[in-house]
Amino acid sequence: MGAQVEVAGLCIAARRASGAEADIVHDVSFSAAAGEVVALIGESGSGKTTTALALLGYARPGCRIRAGRIHVGGTDVRALRPADMPGFRGRRVSYIAQSAAAAFNPAHTLMQQVTEGAIIRGLSPRAAHIKAVGLFHSLALPDPDRIGRRYPHQVSGGQLQRVMAAMALMTDPELVVLDEPTTALDVTTQVEVLRAFRAAVRERGATAVYVSHDLAVVAQMADQIVVLRGGRVQEIGATARILSAPENPYTQSLLDAAPSIHTPPTAAKPPKPAPPVLEADALAASYGGPVGVPVLREIGLRLLPGAVLGVIGESGSGKSTLARVLTGLLPAHGGTVRLSGTVLPPAAADRTADQLRQMQIVFQMADTALNPAHSVGRLLARPLTFYHRMGGAARERRVAELLDMVRLPANLATRRPAELSGGQKQRVNLARALAADPALLICDEVTSALDTVVAAAVLDLLAELRRELGLAMVFISHDLATVRSIADDVMIMYAGRAVQYGSRAALARGPIHPYADLLAASVPELRTGWLDGLPPATEGTSPGAARVVANESCAFFDRCPVRLPGLCDTTPTPTQTLSTGATIRCTQPEAELLRLGSAITSAKATSAQPVT
Amino acid sequence: MSDTALRPARFRYGAVLPGWIGLAVVVFWLAVALLAPIIAPHPAGAILRVGTLAPASAAAPFGTDFLGRDMLSRVIYGARYTVGLSLLAAICASAIGSVLGILAAVRGGWTDGVLSRTSDALISLPHLMFALVIVAALGSSLPVLVGLVAFSYIPGAFRIARSLAANVNAMDFIQVARARGEGTPYIVLHEILPNILLPVLTDFGLRFVFSVLLLSGLSFLGLGVQPPNADLGALVRENIEGIYDAAPAVIVPAIAIATLTIAVNLAIDGLLGRSRLTD
Ligand SMILES: Nc1ncnc2c1ncn2[C@@H]1O[C@H](COP(=O)(O)OP(=O)(O)OP(=O)(O)O)[C@@H](O)[C@H]1O
Ligand code: SF4
Ligand SMILES: [Mg+2]
Repeated sequence: MGAQVEVAGLCIAARRASGAEADIVHDVSFSAAAGEVVALIGESGSGKTTTALALLGYARPGCRIRAGRIHVGGTDVRALRPADMPGFRGRRVSYIAQSAAAAFNPAHTLMQQVTEGAIIRGLSPRAAHIKAVGLFHSLALPDPDRIGRRYPHQVSGGQLQRVMAAMALMTDPELVVLDEPTTALDVTTQVEVLRAFRAAVRERGATAVYVSHDLAVVAQMADQIVVLRGGRVQEIGATARILSAPENPYTQSLLDAAPSIHTPPTAAKPPKPAPPVLEADALAASYGGPVGVPVLREIGLRLLPGAVLGVIGESGSGKSTLARVLTGLLPAHGGTVRLSGTVLPPAAADRTADQLRQMQIVFQMADTALNPAHSVGRLLARPLTFYHRMGGAARERRVAELLDMVRLPANLATRRPAELSGGQKQRVNLARALAADPALLICDEVTSALDTVVAAAVLDLLAELRRELGLAMVFISHDLATVRSIADDVMIMYAGRAVQYGSRAALARGPIHPYADLLAASVPELRTGWLDGLPPATEGTSPGAARVVANESCAFFDRCPVRLPGLCDTTPTPTQTLSTGATIRCTQPEAELLRLGSAITSAKATSAQPVT
Repeated sequence: MSDTALRPARFRYGAVLPGWIGLAVVVFWLAVALLAPIIAPHPAGAILRVGTLAPASAAAPFGTDFLGRDMLSRVIYGARYTVGLSLLAAICASAIGSVLGILAAVRGGWTDGVLSRTSDALISLPHLMFALVIVAALGSSLPVLVGLVAFSYIPGAFRIARSLAANVNAMDFIQVARARGEGTPYIVLHEILPNILLPVLTDFGLRFVFSVLLLSGLSFLGLGVQPPNADLGALVRENIEGIYDAAPAVIVPAIAIATLTIAVNLAIDGLLGRSRLTD
């Protein structure tokens, strides 16, 4: 039946550029009983993923399992012959990676890729198909019966991550290794996916190794926690014990660093009055031309020089699409974008080099945003040549300056992206945007794939760059705490519309939109059992399954706890301007929203104190 | 991308030794083609005094052909034609096909539509029939032969490059380049090409093999390289009557063709990993 995982004295060595070997995982031991969930937790570079991969008998290129015992369900993984590997990996253990995008082939439909492995192992295509659709349902994917027909680029990042999980669960493995599977998800989706993962793991009696940097998430999933740092085990213990009585000072510091929605936002000086750098009005966009599925509707925004607009919303709400529309990668089919007062042509190809230079985009996944064939130096040099006609020594000097600006050593310039850690890649990604000398940065989930400690460092860096260079930013994220810590204004998106738009202060004071309330309530808390305490999702709905609305009524209706049946779902939803200056798209009057919202938020505030 | 590496292993390490052997044979034939005038014991047209279709002897290690010429020298010069023309044709086919393929993937829309439909139409033409018609219309000359063979294999190279490039084109770094305002040539040559170079080279090797076979086939039919010059295919044809006496004159060029094509295949399989193409 279930696998019993046992790791003893595991040492993994990596070859450095100099040719010398050094251990990156030192003498790691832990074990898991069948059906148990063990979490490996630690910051970027702590060896979590390396250790987890070793369970599959896999070492990254340049790495080698040097010593130790790895047993999965009685099988000695290190003794497996290469010929047995595919069967072992596909059938008995499976792996859910951090960045799903890299694991999918863009040329095949999702269904083909999800069922491929199971069909090779003898399942009939029909049975595989049915099973896949079932998994899509339980992983809360929108339109589960038909989403399999899409291609990887036709679903949002969070949706792809869930499809990847479905792929891994297809063969009913004994051991599932989950590597930060929910890091790229927004909180409401994360809750659903965590539930689905846990149910899947429990139902099948599978053992799971859950790699994460997020203690709050791990607290919901794991029976046992292994804290790693610098490749060494700091502490092992039952989840409740680690959270309530950490013995190791490092574990304590992780507990302290965990983001809480109640952290006071860092004070930012109010932007000086000046003409806005970016203004958008009534933006509308869809995939597949004006007749295609509308993904953005009536989006307007205004950004002063040096100001930060946070955009938040769940997976599939259209946040990335907004970034693509602003930069002209997906031409809007309605509305205008104005850069420092000038109306921009909708398509990037029609914009002038200088207009393009002023607005730079930083993508969600540094993994795929950096050309693997180019060195860091070359990646950074290109915008310098392209926009500033820089060459030779001047360009080299500037590359070094840029690396320094993002706190990377200058000798990194000769490396390829594959030789960098996740955090380093994201810094290079950022440095490339800075090379253009932009007035405005559009950051699409730049910290979502990073662990807390590295993400905090990148956020600090962004705040600093903003202060020093007077950069304005559109900061897209699914994480409420992150947005509140960096943004002056906040836009909350739901199903392609801005349901709330206003200053951060207005958001903090309320009233807030019922969806914003749900977002706030869905941020995992640092205690076990939080997930079980949540009210179950409204029957028949799931995140991302926004209601398709023909008229202008509310898309949030099905999930709204304070809906007004007969009004919200039939009449066009009005956009009201509140006394706080924020605008909200909701039928409930302001006073009512304030009353309803405060009930929920105050209940939340009492329960949200970290349990120590 | 370490995550991709976790999918069932696609690389065969065991096949490396045959790969090296293949490579050695390929290098051997390239050297023969390049150095033909230096290493051939006799000029290609010189007639030896050992009779026609003679068996192997000290004077003529591979025997003589139907006119009494030294077969060793004929094969060396023949290899020069076969390798030279096929290489030229394969380079043209791969270069043109790949650039058009990447272009189609990057531009999409009607560029892709026109190129893909044209390639689909061309790929369904039987190469040999097509070649017969063209040679009948234009006559046989070396430029016509190279052009013909290259043209036959452009659609294949186009297809491979297009599908490889489509994969890369979906990556965010292409979006970044577009957002920066880069033109199509930069995206094709600098962003995409380096990422698909290895499989494109592999495909080039295969195109070379196909070219050798097509060219030899044409020459065997008498439509290829014209006398008194001869490539390996023409050598087989010239000496075909020797087949009844098992004269080396007909066997040696056939073996030469076989070793060349098999060696290229081995080298590709073992060293470049042909499986990458079947992704
Ligand atoms: N190329 C495409 N073709 C068709 N539909 C698409 C395409 N790209 C995205 N979509 C759909 O558009 C909607 C918005 O996607 P978008 O990528 O903007 O979401 P997002 O808010 O960034 O989500 P995430 O937090 O998961 O990244 C989703 O429902 C998605 O499935
Ligand atoms: S309009 Fe109605 S259903 Fe929609 S959010 Fe407001 S109260 Fe809820
Ligand atoms: Mg996104």
